[in-house]
Amino acid sequence: MNRVVLPLSLQEALSTLTADPDATVLAGGTDLMVEINRGMRRPTSVLALAKVPELRRWEITPNRIHIGAGVTYTEIMTTEIAQAAPALAQAARTVGSPPIRNAGTLGGNLGTASPAGDTLPVLATLNATILLQSANGQRQLQLDEFMVGVKRTCLEPGELIIATELDRTNGGQEYLKIGPRNAMVISMAGVALVADLDTRSVRCAMGSVDAGIPRALKAEAWAAERIDWDNGAAIDPAVAQEFGQRVSTECSPIDDHRSTAAYRRHAIGVLAARALNRVCSPKRNGHV
Amino acid sequence: MSRQATITHTNTANRGIGADVTRPDGIPKVQGSFAFSSDLWADDFLWGHTLRSPHASARIVSIDIGPALATTGVHAVLTAEDVPGQLNFGLEHGDQPVLAANQVRYVGEPVALVAADHPDIARRAAEAIVVYYEVTEPLTDSEAAPQAAPIHPDGNVIRQLNIRHGNINATGEVTVEGTYEVGMQDQAFMGPESGMALPDEDGGVELFVSTQWLHVDRSQIAACLGIAEAQVRITLAGVGGAFGAREDLSLQLHLCLLALYTQKPIKMVYSRDESFLGHVHRHPAKMWYRHHATRQGRLVKVEARIVLDGGAYASSSGAVIANAACFAVGPYKVGSAHIEGLAVRTNNPPCGAMRGFGAVQTCFAHESQMDKLAVALEMDPIELRLLNALAPGDRLITGQQITGTFPVAEVIRQCAEAPTPELAPTQDHRNLPGGSGRTTEATDTARGEGFAVGFKNLMFSEGFDDFSSAACRLADGVATITCACAEVGQGFVTLAQQIARTELGIDEVILAPAQTATIGSAGSTSASRQTWMSGGAVQAACNKVRSLILADISAKWGVHLDGLVLRDGLICTLDGQQQASLAELTANRAYEADVVYRHAPTEALDENGQGNAHVSFACAAHKVIADVDPDLGLVRIRHITTAQDVGRILNPTQAVGQIEGGTAQGVGLALMEEIVLDNGLVRNASFTDYVIPTTLDMPDVTIAAFIEEPEPGAPYGAKGIGEPPTISSSAAVAAAVRAATGLDLPRIPIRPADIALS
Ligand SMILES: Cc1cc2nc3c(=O)[nH]c(=O)nc-3n(C[C@H](O)[C@H](O)[C@H](O)COP(=O)(O)OP(=O)(O)OC[C@H]3O[C@@H](n4cnc5c(N)ncnc54)[C@H](O)[C@@H]3O)c2cc1C
Repeated sequence: MNRVVLPLSLQEALSTLTADPDATVLAGGTDLMVEINRGMRRPTSVLALAKVPELRRWEITPNRIHIGAGVTYTEIMTTEIAQAAPALAQAARTVGSPPIRNAGTLGGNLGTASPAGDTLPVLATLNATILLQSANGQRQLQLDEFMVGVKRTCLEPGELIIATELDRTNGGQEYLKIGPRNAMVISMAGVALVADLDTRSVRCAMGSVDAGIPRALKAEAWAAERIDWDNGAAIDPAVAQEFGQRVSTECSPIDDHRSTAAYRRHAIGVLAARALNRVCSPKRNGHV
Repeated sequence: MSRQATITHTNTANRGIGADVTRPDGIPKVQGSFAFSSDLWADDFLWGHTLRSPHASARIVSIDIGPALATTGVHAVLTAEDVPGQLNFGLEHGDQPVLAANQVRYVGEPVALVAADHPDIARRAAEAIVVYYEVTEPLTDSEAAPQAAPIHPDGNVIRQLNIRHGNINATGEVTVEGTYEVGMQDQAFMGPESGMALPDEDGGVELFVSTQWLHVDRSQIAACLGIAEAQVRITLAGVGGAFGAREDLSLQLHLCLLALYTQKPIKMVYSRDESFLGHVHRHPAKMWYRHHATRQGRLVKVEARIVLDGGAYASSSGAVIANAACFAVGPYKVGSAHIEGLAVRTNNPPCGAMRGFGAVQTCFAHESQMDKLAVALEMDPIELRLLNALAPGDRLITGQQITGTFPVAEVIRQCAEAPTPELAPTQDHRNLPGGSGRTTEATDTARGEGFAVGFKNLMFSEGFDDFSSAACRLADGVATITCACAEVGQGFVTLAQQIARTELGIDEVILAPAQTATIGSAGSTSASRQTWMSGGAVQAACNKVRSLILADISAKWGVHLDGLVLRDGLICTLDGQQQASLAELTANRAYEADVVYRHAPTEALDENGQGNAHVSFACAAHKVIADVDPDLGLVRIRHITTAQDVGRILNPTQAVGQIEGGTAQGVGLALMEEIVLDNGLVRNASFTDYVIPTTLDMPDVTIAAFIEEPEPGAPYGAKGIGEPPTISSSAAVAAAVRAATGLDLPRIPIRPADIALS
């Protein structure tokens, strides 16, 4: 390896990257170091973002939340971000172990762009905008524009993820995740769900069951019509059940060493039904 | 039952036998300052790297090392042609090539070695070696192996062992039948394989390595290097853990080959991913069972067929299938048995020793069968077990009579009767199935309780000449103990000192490094044997030193031997009237002794699998409370109770550690730990995908009782305690999940889909 640069400002980071567009960007290193140790990546130079103050900031406004790319999972879980975006905090809590959450960042989860990235379904349901910047200027993308495939993004040479902006919503939010053990696991299936009381809509996105982060658009619309928005978002448990089944048809899981497509699809259905039940209030039988 | 101390010597400093002496390596390991074998360093050393086969079965057509050799910084590239001595090695049979010559038989089989200035250069150079493989269809189905075309000159059956006991045509009024399966578990020890070899001026080699049995490493290494055993000097380097995976050679020979070839120190460190390919695993098992019983629940006969997948090379498969077969029915009295045991060769990764050694697999089957039988008989499963529990004087299905202590009924009773703590309904996701994933509410769960008991042998069996060697030297009042016993976490480092303190009445004891050059073999740190064997050797050596001192003083003072005692660093008369300091007594003259300690001899099994093949037995039971989310197939074990037959506790904290750790390993096998294979390919060779229990998967363990019935013939009456916790825990977890779900679940690990989609 030739060199490691530790810039102290965003300006410096961007000019370093312009001069050396092949530099490998290092945030918390919890994905990158694993790949380097496995010999899957051999960086020639490294741009380490740890000391770039602009990336470590977050700001909460009445409608939106701005989270710098270098904000860690621990910060997401333990600061006012957790109240502003509860599902994001829930997702952060499921990531790895305390040391991983202390080091790992939201920007890194995006940079890796794995369908198993735990924050990504939440970002999809909170209408996230990903802010990219290079010496030439800024781009703002939706998650599905940013993530173009399994571990593939549309980041261009010289470009950095600098922040993510999300909606603050009025109503319940949930993130549920299944792994092969009860903590510190890669997701086998995950569901993020938001019931937005202001827009009277439901948004539901899935992890680990597709090449990207699919939204269950049809099931969302179907459920929104069946929620009693005037009565504390009440829902008939049977509707939640059917919602789960509908959601599970809007993904395309595969068989691999972690699980089977059949289990993943089944699990998505159960998780989506439970998530909807949690964000809504139970409606008594017969009451429509 | 006796809880009486059998010890007669005085333990003044209270750091002797029975005391809670803390491990010297405990805190350093937690703090990260312990020197593992991967921390070794020498001036001017080179890094070694192994090129491994990507194929489960292939003919090697050609190997071109040219591009690798041409790489700057590369000092050597070795293939099978460079092995100077025997081309094969192995624990029981020399059937495994040091480096594959014409044929590769499993994914990960070593093909070539590189030594270079930097680990990354070595790794890249290995990638530059051009190997042409003619890939062939691998044999991966263990049940098809005996009939399939041989994949090795020694054939596909590693060992067949049939046990015919009593009347094999006997039948019972009630029968239950089942087919069971166990997946391939990895030992997943701390500290992947690593070590350093340094060439000697005499043409020999010095090796520092983490291993389980220094002397058997030495004989295999010397044979393959074509040099005398004395020219191979091995010292134990810092071991993280082993659990059987370090009993076979991994990188030992490769390090020595490179060191002799380059005449430079060589260091090798496997990555975790490579470690999964570089050592043997627990045998996957396929088992068919039929139990016959009377209406009253007495076992009449057990029939079983057990097929263990040994993978490509024999390793210790022969001994593992012997255990699986000998203990196939569990710790129960059964008049008749017909067991077919088969260890076969396939193109899957080689399997060998792992904690519990064959008894784990069959315990899952026999305990599943006992629960099934209880249902068929409409009988309480604990009652059924108690009714059939083996006791001293009874015979095993090998015809061997149990002459030592064997409190099976007591272990069952203590475990079953211990109250389970109140487990309040919880809102805390960490205590619910799915844990931090927040998948499950208390209302989504069902609770089940499961119970299992298991047993196995202690020490090596079937006529093996099993011994350990130790020396004791007392000088200036300080005892130095020398023994080649490999400390792999089992606790010999504290026990050796505790024993010396107790025997010699002194406090300061130094444990010399474990080396081949200074002392004879201690045997393997496996089979729950070192506390008995090397503990016995240390005790005997200390005893000899004590006798020498007593004889001298008895003559000098004119006091009878029986009237003298060693305590508090003194030798004194029983009334304390006359005394002398041991430090002064040994200031100008050291007292020394060395011994070779053997357990009572055992016999081979005859053609019907009958014979006094084993030395001693230990049992344990587990009771598990599990909450299951049936819709998602997720499990949270809420509590585990255990009781264990320990003979005698020599260090309470270490005993608890073994029991908790062994139980956790059993929980792992029951619920998540499996090397996933796809036509011989390992799909999850990393800690990302080979998952072991976290604190959210492992509940508190209550040790309801240590059953302390001193074992005759065992030093201090102590039995080995490392393995029993791993034997019955998996079976008890599976039983609890069955109880919660009502499902059959004939296979472990139980995967979420096995529950949710059935
Ligand atoms: C033990 C362990 C457990 C884990 N568990 C989970 C889990 O449960 N759930 C989960 O989702 N993930 C998990 N991960 C993966 C990892 O922790 C997360 O993906 C994390 O968010 C990565 O962030 P980081 O800051 O460490 O990124 P890094 O490893 O530093 O970088 C990751 C990638 O993103 C790029 N990158 C980082 N920041 C930027 C930026 N600002 N601009 C452009 N590119 C950038 C890097 O170049 C690299 O390609 C785990 C990892 C480990 C080691």
